[in-house]
Amino acid sequence: MSEQLHVPTMAEFMAQGKQPEVLFWVGCAGSFDDRAKKITKAFVKLLNNAGVEFAVLGTEESCTGDPAKRAGNEFLFQMQAVTNIEVMNAYEVKKIVTACPHCFNTINNEYPQLGGNYEVMHHTQFLKSLLNDGRLKVEGGKFKGKKITFHDPCYLGRANGEYEAPRDLLKKLEVELVEMKRCKSKGLCCGAGGAQMFKEPEPGNKDINIERTEEAIETGAKIVAAGCPFCNTMMTDGVKGTGKEGAVEVMDVAEMIASAGEL
Amino acid sequence: MQYIPNIIFLFLLVAGIGYFTKNILKVIRNIKLGKSIKEIDNKAERYANVARIALGQSKMVKRPVSGALHIIVYVGFIVINIEVLEIIIDGLFGTHRVFAFLGPVYDALIAIFEVLAFLVLVGVIAFWLRRNVIKLKRFWANEMKGWPKQDGNIILYFEVVLMILFLTMNGADLALQNMGADHYTQAGSFPISGFLQPLFEGMSEATLILIERAAWWIHIVGILVFLNYLYFSKHLHIMLAFPNVFYGRTTPKGQFKNNETVTAEVKMMMDPNVDPFAAPPADAPAPEKFGASDVMDLNQIQLLNAYTCTECGRCTDECPANKTGKKLSPRKIMMDTRDRLQEVGKNLDANKGVFVPDNKQLLGDYITTEELWACTTCNACVEACPVSIDPLSIIMDMRQYLVMEQSAAPNELNVTMTNIENNGAPWPFNQQDRLNWKND
Repeated sequence: MSEQLHVPTMAEFMAQGKQPEVLFWVGCAGSFDDRAKKITKAFVKLLNNAGVEFAVLGTEESCTGDPAKRAGNEFLFQMQAVTNIEVMNAYEVKKIVTACPHCFNTINNEYPQLGGNYEVMHHTQFLKSLLNDGRLKVEGGKFKGKKITFHDPCYLGRANGEYEAPRDLLKKLEVELVEMKRCKSKGLCCGAGGAQMFKEPEPGNKDINIERTEEAIETGAKIVAAGCPFCNTMMTDGVKGTGKEGAVEVMDVAEMIASAGEL
Repeated sequence: MQYIPNIIFLFLLVAGIGYFTKNILKVIRNIKLGKSIKEIDNKAERYANVARIALGQSKMVKRPVSGALHIIVYVGFIVINIEVLEIIIDGLFGTHRVFAFLGPVYDALIAIFEVLAFLVLVGVIAFWLRRNVIKLKRFWANEMKGWPKQDGNIILYFEVVLMILFLTMNGADLALQNMGADHYTQAGSFPISGFLQPLFEGMSEATLILIERAAWWIHIVGILVFLNYLYFSKHLHIMLAFPNVFYGRTTPKGQFKNNETVTAEVKMMMDPNVDPFAAPPADAPAPEKFGASDVMDLNQIQLLNAYTCTECGRCTDECPANKTGKKLSPRKIMMDTRDRLQEVGKNLDANKGVFVPDNKQLLGDYITTEELWACTTCNACVEACPVSIDPLSIIMDMRQYLVMEQSAAPNELNVTMTNIENNGAPWPFNQQDRLNWKND
């Protein structure tokens, strides 16, 4: 499969004197985490399939600084931000798409004050726009009629008010969308945000991802749809932790669309 | 002699409002201890927020039961205050039901006041039951023990007593009107206190006047006492909710504030023309402290937030950390901030307006690092607050102090940050391998 992926870099575009339609910001998880890499590839397949002229920064990409800022290290965050902004401004980047809500939020909301002004889209928003423009076909395929619940990523939902794009895509897959008790603006965090992903949780009586996974399982859904690589990890761990491995699957919305179309 | 009641009334009114004003000025002074805020933008949106969220209670009704009950008490409170205006005029000038000349309008007004007073009574009793009999979990959390629990109940008792006095006053008045007593003009319509009439049956005119006057006086004195109670209570929200919503954030919740001091330093680092060995000028101000360890390091909006919080606990009830047994409670963050600010204020009062260091601060003495590091920055608390309070911003400022002033991040986070610094990723992967996924 991998040889079919077409992943040009910004440097290659520039060498040809061209500008891509959009920069795909892969993010650290999407680049390095084994589970998240699958999401990255699924999204690239969809972009290739829709004929989107995109590019990645490749080795010129660096952490947006989100975990540093949320951990309280404003200095490290701004160093990361300013460096990334310099790279993107040099490439005259106008439009960015990313499959990570944390990257999405940081670049969209926190880079402008440091000189980085771009149109930033979450990959579910971007896929929806491709769908609306008739560039992408989404069909139910193997998900048709299946019970599926969507876990709202905090940094897409509450942080940026986007609740509908991922749900619209799921509806296009003709799934039976069931909502958890705490959804949309009341959605419960997976437990990864605010740099919690990189540390042990503080003492308590339960892990947040277990609490959330139990809620997802209660809906009777066989697939938990996610829109964030960190939520994906937390929920996948939660499924293991609740002994539902094999019975319940955690999938990114992009992966679902790609596998429904058998890309 | 006949003016003695009017003079007493004037004295009570001036004393009540005067003492309240004195305390409110303290609140304002304390809020101003915070960092000043930049010019306020998006004014139109802010006024719209006040109309929708504060006046319109749009976020209260996200929880339908407490929302509906609150609207009853809120509308009752605002509308019945028109009656207080009449009481004040009557008290000052010795008139009785001075607005009676409005005729049918007056009848309608009094009828509305009575129905609302009854509904408020029902609402307040329901609130009391929720707190004390049903024992809703959020009212029994750790931070609610002792005074906060008492405070919540005292406010409800005040309201019950005030409403009962109001209806008693009207009931006795109606009985006197029916009796044709002097001074008690036929005015008003009494749909609720009408039902109380059997209680007054057989009483003499003198007894009825005594009851009516006593209820009238205790009612207005009660209102003044209640007004002055606000400062000592969580109940200040009935006033501060409005400015607080006005100053609430209008930017996306995911946008955390940019630290300008850091930006200046980062820009200097990136500027090739800056002399790296330059010493700061002799008269340069001391470098600004990063983040917050005490209330003075917070900004004025955050301090206004603290005074506005009425401890409803919706934030804590939605907090993923709190829900899973962690120590963090966003409500406690707000209560701690307010309590420390009050302590600082008392320090100022005791020392002629100069703060004398008391070897205490918000961090450590009130809020522990364990609470701060439990936050997932998910914004559920911010979303849940019916009056646009932002506990998350305080948590973030305190984390910034811990990391940038004290280098006191949990060790795993230090490793993460070192990775970001060296490899451009939170994990120890080489930046040169960032595109390897393509060929996996």
